[in-house]
Amino acid sequence: MEKEQDKVLREVTQSEYKYGFVTDIDTDEIPIGLTEETVRSISGKKNEPDWLLEFRLKAFEKWKTMKMPDWAHLNIPEINYQDIIYYSAPKQKPSLKSIDDIDPEIKNTFDKLGIPLDEQKRLSGVAVDAVMDSISVKTTFQEALAEKGIIFCSFSEAVQEHPDLVKKYMGSIVPYSDNYFAALNSAVFSDGSFCYIPKGVRSPMELSTYFRINAGNTGQFERTLIIADEDSFVSYMEGCTAPMRDENQLHAAIVEIIAHKNAEVKYATVQNWYPGNKEGKGGIYNFVTKRGLCKGNNSKISWVQVETGSAITWKYPSTILKGDNSVSEFYSVAVTNNFQQADTGTKMIHLGKNTSSTIISKGISAGKSSNSYRGLVKVAEKAENSRNFSQCDSLLLGDKCGAHTFPYIEVDNDSSIVEHEATTSKISEEQIFYCNQRGISTEDAIGLIVNGYAKEVINRLPMEFAVEAQKLLQISLEGSVG
Amino acid sequence: MKKVLKKYINIYQDLSDDFAKNGNQKVFEYRNEALKKFKQNGIPDKNDENYKYTGIEKIFENDYEYFPDAKQSFVDINEYFKCEIGDMDTHVVLLSNGSYYEKNKPIEDLPEGVIICGLNEAMNKYPEIFDKYYNQHASEINDGFVSLNTMLANDGLFIFIPENTKLNKTIQLINLTHGFGNKSLFKRNLFIIEENSELSLIVCDHTLNNSNNFVVDVTESHIGKKSVFKYYALQNEPKKSSVINNHFITLEEYSKVNSLILSLHGGIIRNNIYAKLSGEYSHVKLYGLGLADNNQIFDNYTFIDHKVPNCKSNELYKNILDDSALTAFAGRIIVRPDAQKTEAFQTNNNISLTSGAKVRTKPQLEIYADDVKCSHGATIGQLDKDALFYLRSRGINAKEARLMLMFAFANDILLEIDVEPLRNRMSDLINSRLRGELPGCSHCLQGCHK
Repeated sequence: MEKEQDKVLREVTQSEYKYGFVTDIDTDEIPIGLTEETVRSISGKKNEPDWLLEFRLKAFEKWKTMKMPDWAHLNIPEINYQDIIYYSAPKQKPSLKSIDDIDPEIKNTFDKLGIPLDEQKRLSGVAVDAVMDSISVKTTFQEALAEKGIIFCSFSEAVQEHPDLVKKYMGSIVPYSDNYFAALNSAVFSDGSFCYIPKGVRSPMELSTYFRINAGNTGQFERTLIIADEDSFVSYMEGCTAPMRDENQLHAAIVEIIAHKNAEVKYATVQNWYPGNKEGKGGIYNFVTKRGLCKGNNSKISWVQVETGSAITWKYPSTILKGDNSVSEFYSVAVTNNFQQADTGTKMIHLGKNTSSTIISKGISAGKSSNSYRGLVKVAEKAENSRNFSQCDSLLLGDKCGAHTFPYIEVDNDSSIVEHEATTSKISEEQIFYCNQRGISTEDAIGLIVNGYAKEVINRLPMEFAVEAQKLLQISLEGSVG
Repeated sequence: MKKVLKKYINIYQDLSDDFAKNGNQKVFEYRNEALKKFKQNGIPDKNDENYKYTGIEKIFENDYEYFPDAKQSFVDINEYFKCEIGDMDTHVVLLSNGSYYEKNKPIEDLPEGVIICGLNEAMNKYPEIFDKYYNQHASEINDGFVSLNTMLANDGLFIFIPENTKLNKTIQLINLTHGFGNKSLFKRNLFIIEENSELSLIVCDHTLNNSNNFVVDVTESHIGKKSVFKYYALQNEPKKSSVINNHFITLEEYSKVNSLILSLHGGIIRNNIYAKLSGEYSHVKLYGLGLADNNQIFDNYTFIDHKVPNCKSNELYKNILDDSALTAFAGRIIVRPDAQKTEAFQTNNNISLTSGAKVRTKPQLEIYADDVKCSHGATIGQLDKDALFYLRSRGINAKEARLMLMFAFANDILLEIDVEPLRNRMSDLINSRLRGELPGCSHCLQGCHK
């Protein structure tokens, strides 16, 4: 038994990161390091209006005064911010009209990743905005969406085409002074996705962005802004991969979501950045600020995330429930293996009356990894009759890993009900034995149990992602149980 | 805060010659080490993650005097103060303003080898026992208040129970704060229970003056192999008191500890419990009940360290809040690598009766071993409307029905007290507290509150 498990464990830890290839394409980079000149040059390259440059410079000034946060249960090696290339874009023709205009190498990359960039694949019914290194490469189905009045484009395009919307909403949820990484992103962000759903429109398809870090030594700093106007609905997905490299790369993103009256936004992430090799070398540092605002009454924001990649994850998708009767959900599976570290969770800030939130977090740790859930549920005095239910479970696979929970609950009124529960356990010998005696091998049994454990979250993902997430779980974990 | 820090450093420097000359040299070394730490760490404030809800700033809005030697008392305290537990015979030990009271009635018929005396006496009279245990566990923790206590504390209660010994009576420790002026008190207790012995202890805190008092207590309990320690604390302090209570418990193999803290009244109460499970098959149970109203702050912090395999820990903390009170609970549990087969369970329930009341809860599990069963749960809610309706429909008026439900909520904690007279006494206290009939000075025989 012991031997078989060791074998399986070895196989799993040695399984290669399948997205670890590098695409050889020309990139347009700015010199290494971060100075005011860097910020100006990024802004200049993107031909940005003055107000945006000012925003960047203010953020940069703020960033210089800030210190990297150290409260997370993470062991972050010192990051030299002067040793990073802050802007790297695939060289491309100025404008793209059809799929044929894309550099075939880039197209190959996204083909390998299985992203339906090709508009011929209408069957898949997903509109994709692909972001390579720092630049949005191609947004598909743009015209089809435009008919409905939906704007779905790269962030830089939005700055040029819809400056009013960008100016109004950018930084309104995550101000540049919010935290260290948000300030950094606000100063040097290069691109990202922008999405606006007009009043009364239900997006006819899933919107999706695929992020890819390709060039070495670069950081990726993208921004996503999603605005759902009154009575609208959108389901948005995001995926990420990176090549295998020995050095660590930095990814610091910002996501802002605004849901107006009666609007609903579903936001799903499958995060699969390169996690580093089995000695813990290399991998992406993933420091992300994601926040949504349920601005209007009866609005809803739901977060679903599957976190399997990154050497270090620092990520807390949060919702501010400002509108009365607004609802927010957070479903998360975070898997860590080898030397990965994750400190992730959510914040639910209840401000409006009758607001309700649900948190389901499933942590799975294997190898020598460390996996923490950190969350805050805050109910303000005026948030009468608010309701929260939180559950955060941890599954430990192996005796060298750690699983931690740090939930904060702050309640300031007497009509709200807040419940929190958490468990930590391992897969029991009985469960494995039960499967074995029904002819299921230990390896399959573990896959079965882990998938069952995470099912509550995976079921919330859009179909296309659910399949990928399930496969990811299998690859990351199967058999790694001691 | 810097001013406060400086003040206490100055106080210490004035006293250090006395400390060096009189008394145990080891203790003096600890004092100097603590001074270093205190200078380094300072006094925790709201920026300190562990003390963010305690309202430390509020404590230091007042100035406190420090009396290094408060032993003198001109009246016999026994004459105007009593704290009796009906139907229960106890050995009573009194600490007057932090010092072992010289008019304590001598305790008779103690089994051979048992020592119950003042800490100051013990550090000079029994250095061979004292030095082995004093400041061993407490020095592991970096906390400004603990350092402050180690620097300045000079007396408290010392109990030593040799192996294979069981006391026939419960010991009742009464901490009495009295006299004029705003006081800062630093008490230090040391309880040592050797192999296969048993001790139960009731601690009652009382304040008889109408001043602002600031109390920092440190208690170290060392529980030997197969021994049992039961610790019941009753906190009934006036609004002006600020109490920071630290209990360090070390458990050896097969030992059992029950700790129960009942917080009935107080200005700011902060209870820190550090339980170190350092012997296999040891089991610690921590209970707490807080009934907070006005703008009282009750903050409970527990830190359970599962160092070795096969240990168990249980925690249950409950609070009922009224007016604009604040209660906080932070429960940290660490399961060290290789501490397999650990079972750690934690629950925190809160009932909030008014919209101004504030509840903060922060469970914290850090687990580094895989074969464990750990869980924590926290709830914040109100009295069950269906249950209220059920009682009302059976002819019980609204006020009584609410009281019954609150009492039932509190009763879960009471059930953990296995000494019946004590349970009855505590149940009476809770009852009258919930009815608002228990003032902070109910044990004073002067009767000024009536």
